[in-house]
Amino acid sequence: MAQKSIHEYSAKKLIAGELPKYFPEFNYHGKLAVITPDTKWEELVKDNPWLKTDKLAAKPDQLFGKRGKANLLLLDASLADLKSFIKEKMDKEMIVGETKGTLNRFLVEPFIPHDKEFYVSITSDRENDIIHFSLEGGIFVEENWDKVLHIPIPIGTDIDAFNLAEKLPDLGELEDVVVSFVKGLLQVYIDQDFAFMEINPFAVTEDKLVVPLDLKARLDDTAAFKHSDTWGNYDNPIKFPVSFGQKFSKEEEYIRSIDEQTGSSLKLTVLDRDKRIWTMVAGGGASVVYADTIVDLGFGNELANYGEYSGNPSREHTELYAQTLIDLMTKKPDPKGRPKILLVGGGIANFTDVKATFAGIVSALRKSADKLKKVNVKIYVRRGGPNEKEGLKLMKDVGEEMGIPIEVYDRYTPMTRIVPLALKE
Amino acid sequence: MEDYELFNRDSQAIVYGFQRNAIQRMLDFDFVSKRDKPSVAAIIRPTQAGAIGYHKVFWGGKEIVIPIYKTLELAAKNHTTADVLINFSSFRSSHPTSKEALETESIRVLVIIAEGMPERQSRELIKLAKEKNKIIIGPATVGGIRAGAFKIANTAGTIENIIKSKLYRPGSVGFVSKSGGMSNEMNFMISQNTDGILEGIAIGGDRYAGSLLIDHILRYEANPQVKMIVCLGEIGGMDEYSIVEAVKDGRVKKPLVMWVTGTSSKIFPAGVQFGHAGAMAGSDMETADAKNKALAEVGIIVPESYDTFGDKIRETFEKLKAEGKIEPLEDFEPPQIPQDYGKAAVQGIVRRPTDVVVTISNERGDILTYNGVPIDKIISEELSLGYVIGLLWLKKELPPFAAKYIELVLKLTADHGPAVSGAHNAIVTARAGKDLMASLASGILTIGPRFGGAISDAAKYFKMALDSGKHPPDFINYMKDVVGINIPGIGHRIKSVQNPDIRVTLLKKFVNENFPKHPYLDYALEVEKLTTQKRNNLILNVDGCIGICFLDLMENLDLTLEEKQDVLDTEVLNGLFVLGRSIGMMGHIFDQKRQRAALYRQPWDEILYASK
Repeated sequence: MAQKSIHEYSAKKLIAGELPKYFPEFNYHGKLAVITPDTKWEELVKDNPWLKTDKLAAKPDQLFGKRGKANLLLLDASLADLKSFIKEKMDKEMIVGETKGTLNRFLVEPFIPHDKEFYVSITSDRENDIIHFSLEGGIFVEENWDKVLHIPIPIGTDIDAFNLAEKLPDLGELEDVVVSFVKGLLQVYIDQDFAFMEINPFAVTEDKLVVPLDLKARLDDTAAFKHSDTWGNYDNPIKFPVSFGQKFSKEEEYIRSIDEQTGSSLKLTVLDRDKRIWTMVAGGGASVVYADTIVDLGFGNELANYGEYSGNPSREHTELYAQTLIDLMTKKPDPKGRPKILLVGGGIANFTDVKATFAGIVSALRKSADKLKKVNVKIYVRRGGPNEKEGLKLMKDVGEEMGIPIEVYDRYTPMTRIVPLALKE
Repeated sequence: MEDYELFNRDSQAIVYGFQRNAIQRMLDFDFVSKRDKPSVAAIIRPTQAGAIGYHKVFWGGKEIVIPIYKTLELAAKNHTTADVLINFSSFRSSHPTSKEALETESIRVLVIIAEGMPERQSRELIKLAKEKNKIIIGPATVGGIRAGAFKIANTAGTIENIIKSKLYRPGSVGFVSKSGGMSNEMNFMISQNTDGILEGIAIGGDRYAGSLLIDHILRYEANPQVKMIVCLGEIGGMDEYSIVEAVKDGRVKKPLVMWVTGTSSKIFPAGVQFGHAGAMAGSDMETADAKNKALAEVGIIVPESYDTFGDKIRETFEKLKAEGKIEPLEDFEPPQIPQDYGKAAVQGIVRRPTDVVVTISNERGDILTYNGVPIDKIISEELSLGYVIGLLWLKKELPPFAAKYIELVLKLTADHGPAVSGAHNAIVTARAGKDLMASLASGILTIGPRFGGAISDAAKYFKMALDSGKHPPDFINYMKDVVGINIPGIGHRIKSVQNPDIRVTLLKKFVNENFPKHPYLDYALEVEKLTTQKRNNLILNVDGCIGICFLDLMENLDLTLEEKQDVLDTEVLNGLFVLGRSIGMMGHIFDQKRQRAALYRQPWDEILYASK
């Protein structure tokens, strides 16, 4: 739950629906079509007849920018041009930053001829929403960042009454339309719980029509409960796609699905399943501290996962989480024949029941005795909290019962001490 | 109270949300800290029906009550000195309730527990709090604690932990962190390396926390009881730099030991969200490494890694002690809190006799059972209603003929028209506008010795007769001369030998064909032969036949004499009639209600007025 990027398509749809409330002259064409590998051209054209009549523009809609520089922009094109552009680009692999991914989603809009490109974005800090504006939009904004104006608008400001025009540069005859557009945009940003919005550029056509061309946005997804009517609709809610090239493994997807079912928290990121050090740590804060300690002690290149369970998950959910980790770490032995390490760590819980959660871990361990032995797993436990004595005893007992090395430490051993104990052998 | 204090030993809170465990934990803390009065003054429960209710809690070993109000307005009006509001509302309603709290004059400190408050809502509350000069802790936090004085909600967990971490009496360390889970760990860790904390606050892991690390550090700087400060920061955001500034410009002079977590982010792929919403580095400045470096550069004590954090805290404390800056503190043995029965029972260290023994069913396992038979077996094997009655009434798995007999009885007794007294009463009551339950009860309450009672009476006397070996003529004389009543189950108003009751004919046929043996029916028919010689309507009637054949049913089950007597003594036969006839009575009630029948009044011409 945090700030999440959305597709350019979703952002434009949302703005198209909401902006006219504040800027009735917006008159945005609203013509937006998405093409994925599953798209059927016939149906697409039937649903969007303008594809046949308008001049078209197309680009990938996968949360990365600088698409012009990467030669991924189609402009002033016919439907036939579009088809061949898509044919050529769809399913192509490419590298953005350091991440390799596949092109599989394109946004198509009418091509709008224009002369002037403006830049506007909105960000937030603790006390303000901040409008960033430049007369020189487009690909050169970053190079000319010193020409961008930053206008903080304190929270609670009456935007209608706010004199934005005097803070903006001289816009000549475009002043009215640009000021109304930017003010309206800020209203939508506030109303709809945006956390970031950048339109670079937007154009103003000869007949003073404002057209957002490229748009990036993040929403604060914790506000989803307020916007079931505008963030898509009930059947088709707005999507929060993962960043380009990021894919979830089967196991990560599985943990996400359990996480969504419960009021508690279960998180898993697999960094590299062939690595040797696995963590199963209780608590959002403590899990970071364990990962830090492993890295700080110089074992970062051997860390296989990051994850945490917290908020007093049930015994059953903890067992499913533990089983997923055990299955992952026991798939292959360490290539150098060293033992695999499982750190069952955690601080002293406020209210998570140590006995209940550990009972879940223990039953996963018990079901996996052979697997654990096969890849030579060593387990280190450190934990405190409600029913800590009983919980730690469960762990100690299961180790002896199964003949698996489990070292168990209580609150009197510093929280991260099991990391050097486990790794510095 | 001083400006630098959030709460003290006299502070009281209003808890928004009916959080039994959190409230009891606060009171347990109060008790071991030897507070004079409980730290919870009132509870708010918006879903409560009345304006005011009461919640029982333990104060040590005895029970006290805390008032529950429907609204904050009412709670604040009645508890003007309670200046802390602990808001347990969900993320959906936390904003309006928090806003109301900030706008309530008497509230000075607001704690927001909910995780997932929209960022804009948090920012609006931060602005409001600033205008009103109030302090917010949270959102997304467990809260905080002032040792020996005041504990927020679930902070520091159980009483065992509070005692182990020496939180029942003040130490010298001021602690603040983002993480609530880590704050509990740190409270203990600090207690192991120093004389313990004076105060520990978890500001919550959101991007926009209501109060910041620096806010609490400045309070600790101002509080003379705090001798050193410990802070645990986190990757993401720029808040830690305001601490750097404060140390640089001399606003913070006390020894400060600090660590920023998230140093491992450098090995993670972009886009990995750590446990907290705010825990993601948007720029290099927001990384843990950059922050730790900047902190160390201005002289803040920063360990090599978290693993040596405790050592640095200990060194700093020992140094202060050596300099004579730590006053020796008076420790005391905290009073014992009696263990909760439930918890002790789980551990097997107490026991208590139960008050009720139930032998016929159990809903507490994986699946509901009737007398040990799982309900899914009953459904999937299409076992009959008679079989279920056998399980729950007789605790027997009835053979098909017996189950079928019970269903036959239910069918036969289901209704006997509207004129009989039970149905009549049910109808009258229904027409008086009473509900189904009242109307049915009125009908059932009519069942007794004169209406519906013949079934069990017939069973009683015919059993006595056959069991004691009375020949039929002797039985008839015995009933006439000794008991002095007509034989129950014999005689009909209209039906006779020549005009038999078809219901009796069918019952006899069923028993003759399906019961392996039926001595009581045979005996009754012998009696009937004699009585019908006297008058042709002195036949075995349907009530008698049902009761007598039920005796035969028991003869065919594996029951001892005593068990059979138990069945009769426990009124199982009355039960059959009540159950069967309820079907008909409800039918009459529905019938009248469907017609919207008006109030029934007995016509005058049916009444002889014998007085003037």
